[in-house]
Amino acid sequence: MAATEQTVEQVRAVTEQKYKYGFTTEIESDLAPKGLNEDIVRFISAKKGEPEWLLEWRLQAYRHWLTMEEPTWAMVDFPKIDYQDSHYYAAPKASKDKPKSLDEVDPELLATYEKLGIPLKEQAILAGVEGAGEMPAVAVDAVFDSVSVATTFKKKLEERGIIFCSISEAIREHPELVRKYMGSVVPYSDNYYATLNCAVFTDGSFVYIPKGVRCPMELSTYFRINASNTGQFERTLIIADEGSYVSYLEGCTAPMRDENQLHAAVVELVAMDDATIKYSTVQNWYPGDENGKGGIYNFVTKRGACRGRNSKISWTQVETGSAITWKYPSCILQGDNSVGEFYSVAITNNYQQADTGTKMIHIGKNTRSTIVAKGISAGKAQSTYRGLVRILPKAEGARNYTQCDSLLIGDKCGAHTVPYIESRNRTARVEHEATTAKISEDQLFYCRARGLSEEDAVGLIVNGFCREVLKELPMEFAVEAQKLVAISLEGSVG
Amino acid sequence: MAAIATLKDLYETLSPGLPGAGAAGLDRLRADGYARFLADGIPTPKVEGWKYTNLRDLAGVSLAPAQGTIDSAANTDFDVPSVAPGETHRLVFVDGRFNAALSAVGALPQSVTLDSLRGLIEASPATAAEVLERFPAPKADTGLRVGPNPGRGQALGLVGLNGAFLAEGAVLTVGEGVKLARPVEIVFIATAADGAWHPRLLIDVAAGAEVTVAEHHVARGGGATFANIVSGVRVGEGAILRHAKFQEEAETALHLASVTATVAASGTYETFVLTTGGRLARTDVQVRLQGSGAQTRVSGAYGVDGSRHADFTSLIDHVAANCTSREVVKGVIDGRGRAVFQGKIIVRPDAQKTDGHQLNRALLLSDTAEIDAKPELEIYADDVKCSHGATAGELDEEALFYLRARGIPADTARALLIAAFLDEVAEEIGDEHLRAYATARIQDRIGRLTGITVDTDAPVLGE
Repeated sequence: MAATEQTVEQVRAVTEQKYKYGFTTEIESDLAPKGLNEDIVRFISAKKGEPEWLLEWRLQAYRHWLTMEEPTWAMVDFPKIDYQDSHYYAAPKASKDKPKSLDEVDPELLATYEKLGIPLKEQAILAGVEGAGEMPAVAVDAVFDSVSVATTFKKKLEERGIIFCSISEAIREHPELVRKYMGSVVPYSDNYYATLNCAVFTDGSFVYIPKGVRCPMELSTYFRINASNTGQFERTLIIADEGSYVSYLEGCTAPMRDENQLHAAVVELVAMDDATIKYSTVQNWYPGDENGKGGIYNFVTKRGACRGRNSKISWTQVETGSAITWKYPSCILQGDNSVGEFYSVAITNNYQQADTGTKMIHIGKNTRSTIVAKGISAGKAQSTYRGLVRILPKAEGARNYTQCDSLLIGDKCGAHTVPYIESRNRTARVEHEATTAKISEDQLFYCRARGLSEEDAVGLIVNGFCREVLKELPMEFAVEAQKLVAISLEGSVG
Repeated sequence: MAAIATLKDLYETLSPGLPGAGAAGLDRLRADGYARFLADGIPTPKVEGWKYTNLRDLAGVSLAPAQGTIDSAANTDFDVPSVAPGETHRLVFVDGRFNAALSAVGALPQSVTLDSLRGLIEASPATAAEVLERFPAPKADTGLRVGPNPGRGQALGLVGLNGAFLAEGAVLTVGEGVKLARPVEIVFIATAADGAWHPRLLIDVAAGAEVTVAEHHVARGGGATFANIVSGVRVGEGAILRHAKFQEEAETALHLASVTATVAASGTYETFVLTTGGRLARTDVQVRLQGSGAQTRVSGAYGVDGSRHADFTSLIDHVAANCTSREVVKGVIDGRGRAVFQGKIIVRPDAQKTDGHQLNRALLLSDTAEIDAKPELEIYADDVKCSHGATAGELDEEALFYLRARGIPADTARALLIAAFLDEVAEEIGDEHLRAYATARIQDRIGRLTGITVDTDAPVLGE
């Protein structure tokens, strides 16, 4: 009897572990009516009390979007999305007037973030790293459905001239910066999903690091979709002025629902002379269940402009969630000697589909880029690396190194590599390598012989396979990401 | 598009006069080809498989059948290229038309046939149609994924066009177990100032047979001609086909070729393509490894300069388990030249124990040269070993320095390094005759590119 009970308990623990962020917060929402039209765009803009120029920009994007067609070149397959069947604005009721301090934030929301392991108390550190020793604090901007509900450590950052706030607040408080940079990396007409985002974006984070400042703590935004039948369309804009440095983390989760929810974000990074931006993502949107029901459609446009000399933008992503991922964090290497990096782990299990990669556009002299992409496919999932390395004629001495490795677990999944390499400069050197293999029987046997369960062994081997990428993550994320790697593959062996 | 209208007119005018016109089988094949051409048109860069190669130039090309300028009957000592002069079975085509006087089939073992397609059609249109239908055709879907975007990467308008004008070509069949000692050669000589031809080349190697085929495309006074070649290849169980194509047409010529090969269990298909001629030359190879243990080796070397364009596109489809593929494509780009490499390996769900490797390297010699490469993997089986590598860059400064430090002039050092770079592709060729000829042709091309004569086999510093 006891044994049975224990088994039941274990099974429950495992099932829950599969996607531990799948809960829903009971909170009253302020919803826009379903559907998408110019009135909805105006509604969102009015809700945010935006200036006229921004409304005009949104409408321009919306009108352009109507003329566009959904891209179909990615290796993902999903039923046609009804863009009228979604709410484009959902905000917790309490946040109508943004709370002045954390004490005023709805306790229900604070509880939600606590449950997610995200500290909204300023003395706290990210969960999951107890015992990791003295850790620097992390400033968090928490975005719940369509609005930013809290931003921590703002005061402390302000002392150094750093602006870290929601994009809505930035539009009000720093319109000159927003106007100058928003849309300068990803223009409103860029692609179907980015254009849609321009029309209906609701919130997101804004970061400005002034000249010569090294941001003293990790900045992070935590995105949470809660309301049903909503899409989340956030925008992030990070500007690192001359000689500055910032490391930024992004996390995201959503409740388990049978419906597919749309997430179409835009992230723009601008690095001036000698500036560095390190952008890390652990994408853990709800991936759908083991039968492929539900899950987030994640169509994201992320792009960084290395505008200045010696600037650097480094993208690190761990993609474990979402039913569909369509995402190509890119670098435009304009400044001479600028550096672009892309480190990616994409894990797909069950019926997940991921088409992700990067674009490195070498414009300036001696620009360098490194791409390390690891794709892991299990169950009936499909994982694709799609990338572009383009060397323009003036990019003298440019260098690119690309490595794409795929690991297949099981014979019902697929792993694909689609790199485009275009070089128009003699002195540029481009190297690309890709491999596909499976977990070797020897490795598995070795681990099993030492008493590891098959699942633990696979988790260990996969973590080893991903190590090159995981080591690029800030410590707070690295621990979490390693656990996530193992969890994402649960049920893929045996 | 003006070219399409011209081609429609040509079809209306010419098709009644094609050999075997009126015979049901052939009429249907031509009508099918024409329908495919009408449906797909001339590929544009909007088609994924033609992203980097633009055929807008076709508008300025004379699309009417080429008119030869030589009286071949009276001119039998015409300079015909050969991998082993006097020791091959050869068919010669001048400006796309079969030329009996220059051809020398010689004695063939029983169960081996080598015929001109026109000859076959004239003898029996029905038999010719049957033979034509035996061979595989290229697929438009270059991937397995379905959904909003099926894996459609190709447009087959040009293949259709070839079918619409089906008349000329060569058919080689090698019976079971026959090992043909001498190479077979199929030679296309361009003498016309312009004009088009649409030959069909068919090679059927039955189980256990073995044969070497060299295909030449050269100009002897020819100019802005347009060759649109479609090849079908069948390699039977345990059979071996070594196939090399030397594309050395005039610098103003247009050369478009599509090769589709199927390989049965334990069969081997080796193909090598040298691209040094033409204003625009593209070879599109699709190989399907259909039986367990089938192998293919696909290799290519190219050299482009001026404002010329070379495109090597391949699709290696691992249908069956335990198959091996190896692909090496390398090239040199100078002037305002542009080269394209698109190589895809598909491993189907049941193709376990696949071993697939691909390498593509490009050497850029000038500031205005361009390389566009797209090495792709699409894999649905887990117990496989697949890899690809691609590089682009200039000559290795250190290697140059090393050679110069040993007293070799800069120009010669460069030429030597280029020759060594391309020679690695020739090393991929299994057949001795073909390999030696390929090396010689590569050296000839480098000589013309750099003005330096190189011989990679000769000692550089003398005795």
